[in-house]
Amino acid sequence: MRASVRRAVRINRHADEVWALLGDPGRLPEWFPGITDATVDGTSRVITTKMGIPMPEEILTNDSIARRFQYRLLIPTVKEHLSTLDVHDLGDDTCLVVYAADADPAAMALIIAGAAGNALENAKRMLEQT
Amino acid sequence: MGRKILFITTDQQRHDTLGCYGGQLSRTPVLDGLAATGIRYERATPQSVVCMPARSTMLTGQYPVTHGVWMNGVPLPVDSPSIAQTLHDAGYRTALVGKPHFEPFLDPFMRFVENSLGDSPTPPGGTHRGFEHLEFATHTVVGQLHYARWMAANHPQYISGFYPVLDRELEVNHAGGGDTGAPQVQVNNVPKELYHTDWVADRTIAWLDSLDADEDWFVWVSFPDPHHPWDPPQSEVGRIDWRDVPLPAAYPESAAERQRILDDKPRHWTMWYDGTLVSNYEAPTRWVPATLTADQIREVNARNAVEVELIDEAIGRIMATIGARGWDDDVDVVMTTDHGELGGDFGLLFKGPYHVDGLMRLPLIWRPAPSAGVAAAVVTRPVGTIDLAATFCGIAGVPVPAFVDGDRLPTSDTDLDGTPERVLTEWDSELFGVGVHLRTITRDGWVCTAYKPGYVHDGTEGELYSLTDDPLQHTNRWDDPAAASIKADLLDDLWASQPAVRTPRLDVQAPV
Repeated sequence: MRASVRRAVRINRHADEVWALLGDPGRLPEWFPGITDATVDGTSRVITTKMGIPMPEEILTNDSIARRFQYRLLIPTVKEHLSTLDVHDLGDDTCLVVYAADADPAAMALIIAGAAGNALENAKRMLEQT
Repeated sequence: MGRKILFITTDQQRHDTLGCYGGQLSRTPVLDGLAATGIRYERATPQSVVCMPARSTMLTGQYPVTHGVWMNGVPLPVDSPSIAQTLHDAGYRTALVGKPHFEPFLDPFMRFVENSLGDSPTPPGGTHRGFEHLEFATHTVVGQLHYARWMAANHPQYISGFYPVLDRELEVNHAGGGDTGAPQVQVNNVPKELYHTDWVADRTIAWLDSLDADEDWFVWVSFPDPHHPWDPPQSEVGRIDWRDVPLPAAYPESAAERQRILDDKPRHWTMWYDGTLVSNYEAPTRWVPATLTADQIREVNARNAVEVELIDEAIGRIMATIGARGWDDDVDVVMTTDHGELGGDFGLLFKGPYHVDGLMRLPLIWRPAPSAGVAAAVVTRPVGTIDLAATFCGIAGVPVPAFVDGDRLPTSDTDLDGTPERVLTEWDSELFGVGVHLRTITRDGWVCTAYKPGYVHDGTEGELYSLTDDPLQHTNRWDDPAAASIKADLLDDLWASQPAVRTPRLDVQAPV
């Protein structure tokens, strides 16, 4: 079964500043708890979880004008996956960050988006403290 | 030196699995003996019928909407109030051995503190949620908890004998086994002494043996069984021949009669039964309850009963240690479970948004320390597991913290005269767009459940059962004009008594 799960957070920082962190695929370990390493090679990224599990990913979109980042996990457990991170400029030096995970199996969508929601809150804390 | 507290929980245990509640299958002499010399609660009701919210209520003394763990998969914030912390602050040594489940288990990123403590029984910083000693186990041997690590390091040859709780698609597994092909049943050749029930007792005994004789202590012993999977050590399965197991009283053998009873309830009952709706993650997604056979119910309940016997024997070993340490007179023993199990009632297994006795009527035994001189009793008025936290404070002689919503448990039916006997239970779940929201009151021999608007409910549905006239909850009187007056009274009380709601609502972060 396929599912789509979305998480969002408003960050009191300009969209460009937020995108500089969240849109850089190599900086994922800085704001995503549970990911200890991210190695980027072109459109390939390999993340390593805190359990030491490497997970290869394919970067599908990294659009700094639209401030959109999309990738998919390439692991046997996942039949289909697309995660999309959008940073929307709200025009008042704040932005809305939306993270959507579509996946089959459905549980994986919740696992990814659940972790991402927690990560967005972490990113908000990090950015708003600076 | 004060009274010490042995707090024992099981997982997903029906009240009628114990001899002291009329159970016929399991031999449970230890718990029956504690009940005979203590207080047995005839109607103990959880505030949620799934693990994480129910366990968080025990720890915080708060309702699920207040502590915020409104469904499985919502982690209890690590800085949430904890009655263990209250006791620790009062000088108690504190330990939690067995299943915690205040945070999700399904955690590939290892984000949740609970899953990262398996390196040591001593948490970083000295305590975690008020416990200074932690040794965790759950139903499976996969993962990073202490029991799983111990099995992997010392007995890896037995790991494959345990039932895989999740399937390859991370859904709750529906694969069947045993003699009947019943879901979540598997032959497990792990030796009894390596099974998690005995491990929990062993680790509890080791911790108790490490304490000085004059120390006060609070230990939460949390057995993962008899929650599915039903894969007890195969050496013990022969204790009960499933072919001899009677069918539950609430299981009509006639399929037509089952259908009639289910059709009398709000529509998600029948929709789950016939496989058209899965509203929650706590039962196998691909399993259709209508396919459950009478023999499968017998086999599941036989294995469940074996697991209950093993727990009783493990408790007996802990009690023997307490006796050997000379603590008999000063130890309060409180035993309960987080929620029940449908166990074949109505042709259903597992659990979900169904506020009936299979899930709502729990075993609860409090054997006060003999030195306290509390008379043995059977309490018939309804009580909640939310009352445990205040009860522990009473035992320890410490003030009940302001964060606690529950009251202390009564010691008899005439104790706490004048206090309302209402007990509230909640269900909220939102799984991939399917939302179900129930609010229930148990009072005056009735159980009344109102359904808030959701995926298949428009907010007008409900259930009303007379526990006296209809102990099996086969006749829903929600629309019965003869019950309109009591229904209105119960609903008024239900809505007027709703607890404080934590805001903002916490996110679901994992399936379970």
